[in-house]
Amino acid sequence: MSSIKESKNILKWSDTVELVDNLRVDEVGLKERVASLASRSIKKDSKLQALNYIISMCDLTTLEGEDTEGKIGQMTAKAIRPDPSNDEVPSVAAVCVYPALVSKAKEMTRNSNVKVASVSSYFPSGQAPLESKILDTQFAIDQGADEIDIVINRKAFFEGDYRKMYDEIVALKEVCKSVHLKTILEVGELRTYENIKKASLISLAAGSDFIKTSTGKISNGSSREACYLMAKAVWDYKTVTGFKAGIKVAGGIRDSKDAIRYLVIVNEELGSEWLNPDYFRFGASSLVDDVLKQIKKLKTNAYQSSYYFPRG
Amino acid sequence: MNKWEYAESIESSSIVNIDKKYGIFIDGNFQSANSKKFIKTISPSTEEVLSSVTLGNEIDINSAVESAKEGLKIWSKISGTERAKYLFKLARLIQERSREFAVLETLDGGKPIKESRDFDLPQVAANFFYFAGWADKLDLSWNAKGLKPYGIIGQIIPWNFPLLMLSWKVAPALATGNVVILKPAESTPLTAILFAELCQEVGLPPGVFNLVTGDGTTGAALVKHPDISKIAFTGSTGVGKYIQKETADRDIGLTLELGGKAANIVFNDAAIDQAVEGVVNGIFFNQGHVCCAGSRLVLQEDIHDEFVTKLEKRMQSLRVGNPLDKNTDIGAINSKEQLDKITNLVNEGVKEGGSIFQTDCELPQNGFWFKPTLFTNAQPSYRISREEIFGPVLTTLTFRTPEEAIEISNNTEYGLSAGIWTEKGSKILWAADRLQAGVIWANTFNKFDPSSPFGGYKESGFGREGGRHGLLSYLKVQS
Repeated sequence: MSSIKESKNILKWSDTVELVDNLRVDEVGLKERVASLASRSIKKDSKLQALNYIISMCDLTTLEGEDTEGKIGQMTAKAIRPDPSNDEVPSVAAVCVYPALVSKAKEMTRNSNVKVASVSSYFPSGQAPLESKILDTQFAIDQGADEIDIVINRKAFFEGDYRKMYDEIVALKEVCKSVHLKTILEVGELRTYENIKKASLISLAAGSDFIKTSTGKISNGSSREACYLMAKAVWDYKTVTGFKAGIKVAGGIRDSKDAIRYLVIVNEELGSEWLNPDYFRFGASSLVDDVLKQIKKLKTNAYQSSYYFPRG
Repeated sequence: MNKWEYAESIESSSIVNIDKKYGIFIDGNFQSANSKKFIKTISPSTEEVLSSVTLGNEIDINSAVESAKEGLKIWSKISGTERAKYLFKLARLIQERSREFAVLETLDGGKPIKESRDFDLPQVAANFFYFAGWADKLDLSWNAKGLKPYGIIGQIIPWNFPLLMLSWKVAPALATGNVVILKPAESTPLTAILFAELCQEVGLPPGVFNLVTGDGTTGAALVKHPDISKIAFTGSTGVGKYIQKETADRDIGLTLELGGKAANIVFNDAAIDQAVEGVVNGIFFNQGHVCCAGSRLVLQEDIHDEFVTKLEKRMQSLRVGNPLDKNTDIGAINSKEQLDKITNLVNEGVKEGGSIFQTDCELPQNGFWFKPTLFTNAQPSYRISREEIFGPVLTTLTFRTPEEAIEISNNTEYGLSAGIWTEKGSKILWAADRLQAGVIWANTFNKFDPSSPFGGYKESGFGREGGRHGLLSYLKVQS
């Protein structure tokens, strides 16, 4: 594939092999470090700053069979203006929907900065031939998607066919061209820390702009340990190639406290230049409401009920 | 977008009550001493005077010994079960008042509140619980006909972990039926004073625990007193040698826990990111004021550049500053004297040809501070590779083969601890067999447990503290 050499953020397969050869992660040390980062005490102004970051980094998401254009309308309105009672609250980064709803989301967001992300490549399982995944992705892009969230081929990964997993991402990256590509690892299925780091590095080497923890469709979605390892992979990849990739955490992050702990990981492991929506995202549905409540509490000292905030 | 700064998150110090002056604790009470001299104890992060404590003299030591004799009469008559009750009570009270102790430790010593809160205090309570459990089971500890307490124990402890070292010494001594005269470090006496108040609160019989504050002269008076049956000392190797000479021609027990210059060996098959964390923890924990600190990074040459790059990046994220801030990773250097010692050795290291890296952190105006420091291009002959710096300074040495790693690691007069980093189990066992050190950690560092004996090889001392072996430091064996 000649295009590999031309695109800066894609690494040749032979170099990728070298990158993932003999990966080692020590579970005890990893957990200890992540626990220690979780003990950071984030108060006052730094908390408010964090909460606003979180809103601005959210991909407000609905990925259900029952989704309709009406539902997408509600959610996009909320994405643009999460808290109508407070102008200082920023818009979220993007809405994330299935391909069939991209055009509606695009229409709703046309006068805003909110981007439209679409899952594709036979999300969430990825159990389809590459040709189908390409069609799925091409359709979402044709509908106007600004960002594409694909899933890695876990079948290939667990069968040891890392080359196949890599080639599929490379092929989908070719379809995406300049459309932002986020690659979902599904860390809850990969289970071991070595697997998570290996899948992270292969996904980055194949041209992903972002790596993402989970589809949100399984019970053990994201974890702070996985985020930490992905940050390490992003750093290692930057050291080798100079390319600065992003991270999206999704799956089970429901409250502000947890989300702030993710921010601390990124801040201390990658640095504050990663703390913006170009490099860090939360995939979430219910998180936004909790963050809005916390912002309100910091401003007014009142902890308000959900009905004070618009439905998304 | 702006940098995300963490707002200050200060642990309130209103929980502690510090008197202007303290006497000595004998006969179960605080009393004015014979000595009218006082030492000002300051907070090393602000240089603010916290209190004045008695500079105990020879007469004060004599009074403490008389008190201890009375205490021993009572203590030797009560059963192990009864002794255990007092120790359990102390353990529980320490837990209950741990925030107060933690704040006081941080104020007086300069260590970060997150360490005094999450490490020192839980360990202190655990030590009292652990040795309380042994008090009525001593006959099961070792297979011997008789296990007899020494009697009056003189204990001299350092300033790096003031209350933790108190617990390492006082808990086993009392559990085994001895009575204690404690001399805390000159710069960090306050938590020992609060502990004495706890002894009053639990109704520990008078004279069982005695406290005389002071400096080296006070310690010397304690060491020289003829009625002391055993000295337990933790501190510098220099003072340890003095004590050993001083006690050479007397019938007196002695255990010494002294300096160290531990090797933290990182093989090329280690989990690198976690090894970086372990190396950082090994040397920067408690500002490097740790006798078992991993102060020599013994690094396989083929991963040197990658490892050092990652290490330097990680060091940059260390937050140095107000130790009462819950987000502080590195607090103040304990004293002006110690800061001067660190500064001199580091200057010497630069002169000798080491490449120095220090983090960009800003240091506070007042108080005693030292930036986290890494030396590369250091040779085993340099002073920074041989002498205990006892500060946040790491020296890197490189090796080619596992054999060479062991030679470099053992090439020191010390032998307290060592660390091994490799994902290969057989290599851990191979290296641990060959390292001359009392405590060896693999793929971790600075892990402590009351049940695990701690102590040194070579000039790092003799005797063990903690665990079943720790009981032998306070019992004479008859068989």
